[in-house]
Amino acid sequence: MNSALSPTATRKRKLYEFSGGIHPQEMKSVSNQRAIVTAPMPPKLILPLQQHIGSPGKALVEPGQHVLKGQKIAEAQGRISASLHAPTSGTIKGLQDFPVAHPSGMSDLCIELIPDGKDQWCDLTACEHYEHLSPSEIQAKVREAGIAGMGGAGFPTEVKLHPPHNDKVATLILNAAECEPYITADDRLIRERAHEVVGGMEIMAYVLQPGECVIGIEDNKPEAIAALQDAVKNTRIEVVVIPSKYPSGGEKQLVKILTDKEVPSGKIPADIGVMCQNVGTAAAVYRAVRFGEPLISRITTLTGDCVEQKGNVEVLLGTPVDWLLAQYGYHPDRSRRVIAGGPMMGFTLDSTQVPIVKTSNCILAPSETELPLASHTQACIRCSQCADACPAELLPQQLYWFARAQEYDKAEHHNLFDCIECGICSYVCPSSIPLVQYYRHAKGQIKQQRLGQQKSDQARIRFESRQRRLEQEKEQKAAKRKARAEAAAKAQAKKKASETQAQADTGENT
Amino acid sequence: MSVITTAILALLALAVSFGAILGFAAVRFKVEGNPIVDQIDSLLPQTQCGQCGHPGCRPYAQAIADGEDINKCPPGGEATIQALADLLDVEPQPLDAEHGEEKPKQVAVIREEECIGCTKCIQACPIDAILGSAKHMHTVIESECTGCDLCVEPCPVDCIDMLPLAQGIQSWHWSVPRKHIIASDKTHSPEVSAS
Repeated sequence: MNSALSPTATRKRKLYEFSGGIHPQEMKSVSNQRAIVTAPMPPKLILPLQQHIGSPGKALVEPGQHVLKGQKIAEAQGRISASLHAPTSGTIKGLQDFPVAHPSGMSDLCIELIPDGKDQWCDLTACEHYEHLSPSEIQAKVREAGIAGMGGAGFPTEVKLHPPHNDKVATLILNAAECEPYITADDRLIRERAHEVVGGMEIMAYVLQPGECVIGIEDNKPEAIAALQDAVKNTRIEVVVIPSKYPSGGEKQLVKILTDKEVPSGKIPADIGVMCQNVGTAAAVYRAVRFGEPLISRITTLTGDCVEQKGNVEVLLGTPVDWLLAQYGYHPDRSRRVIAGGPMMGFTLDSTQVPIVKTSNCILAPSETELPLASHTQACIRCSQCADACPAELLPQQLYWFARAQEYDKAEHHNLFDCIECGICSYVCPSSIPLVQYYRHAKGQIKQQRLGQQKSDQARIRFESRQRRLEQEKEQKAAKRKARAEAAAKAQAKKKASETQAQADTGENT
Repeated sequence: MSVITTAILALLALAVSFGAILGFAAVRFKVEGNPIVDQIDSLLPQTQCGQCGHPGCRPYAQAIADGEDINKCPPGGEATIQALADLLDVEPQPLDAEHGEEKPKQVAVIREEECIGCTKCIQACPIDAILGSAKHMHTVIESECTGCDLCVEPCPVDCIDMLPLAQGIQSWHWSVPRKHIIASDKTHSPEVSAS
């Protein structure tokens, strides 16, 4: 197996460049100087059943039930879904709607857990050597652990541990780029737990059997790079340092940088034999396989001028954001908004009472001078800065006109759905046009229209089959009536015949 | 004289041959049904509600193909009128108020404890979206209901409500950006503007 025992890190790999991209102020040093601290136990945990892409989990617990730390409290439903586990021991208070970290600011079904303070684990099955397990056993363990992509998208990891269409995976990429300003959760994780990250990648490589294993990391994290290079010694994993540029951590962009392959429109990296995983996910996979620990906590960056103790915290899933911020010197009076995620792709939280979920990589509480609200939108001056900076090589101006004029079919023809919503176009626009917001709106409208079309097609099919059925029933009824009438006529004729026969008989007799 | 005869004969010959070709094509490439009706039908919302004055969406599609106004479909609303106008290359008209108003999407809900199981709504539903049998409670399959409200009228105990379809977190999508939006706001710090 270990064919490449020689340290591959020294080999120079050719890097490629994706078009566009920007160099925003990084603002990473404000939060990456302190070691990861473990957040204290909150008075209550709110656990949304949907913290991932796919169908929400199905609750397995009832109000009043006592659960142990790590006990499964919601089961994955369907192929693309993830389970949920109790982050600590305690009592289930209830199952109800709470506001969740979602751009809509809406509520969703959550399990409310009141910790009992004992933090008592349930039984876990550890495994010293993952090689003793079969790939399918590891996949089952990852699914059981409820791991979903921790870089922000939240795609269930187990699904990504299956080779695409039983093809071979050419390249397994671990995404450590962390290109968005402010966020340093992956940086700190690698610095302090590089062996977990590398261990997780080895497990994934064991399952996927890729041609090569690459960790892509931006050159603005020298300590993390050193830690990784140390950890990958005697493995076949290659640490590749890439130049810092936003959004090099975008999946498609990273694939382009490392392999020169472009993901075709409407496809995913798996379609061209590349698998991308996040470093946080790798660490979670390692813990799930090695110690049997489900995903119950994550590392979140707390940053922004309105937080005094900026840094990374290991926080239990379900911890309310306002409570968490309060532990680290948050000044709500100074802050106008709290952003979930980074300044480029994050969204403002309507309420800070929402819980931390599997995808919460950063909580940003900027002051007004730090991240001012957008200034007034002015007319497009056709400067084409957006087109130059677009990493997906789209035509943002055209898309903007189409989205504004609601000409969605034209927007689709201009590959609206290849937009990765990185926010660069809005960022560079000198007229402060909220470009990416228009695209998001247009995408939503198109999806809704498609859904409506699907529904009306379904209704037509049902209507037509009902019409057919009614027609058939009518015909059957008519046929029956006819048959009955015929039978009656026959019987009548028979009766008549027998009567005449009888008459004739009696006539003969007399 | 002979020139004129030749010309007439030549034209006649052409007319006959083209006529034959056209006649053959008309038989050989005959299209079953009217394709424009199918296209119109696919744009209509398929509620089969009859608010347009026709017994269903397809008859209305047929009527539009025969020259009827395109603004008689309240469930489809402006979007459908626009789509029809694009398809037929006519001017979009405002919705004809005579046939009803455009309402937000609705769904029928039976107040189950009041239902007497008369099956009248089941017979009225054009798309078989109501389940139940005689003297047993009925219920609406919400995912199939088009909100046509044809079941409301026949109910003898008035136990069917038309409720607006709740927008859940799953079906939510971004609205048109307002003036002050978050996400991707610019940092107007000197360092950035200098770079």
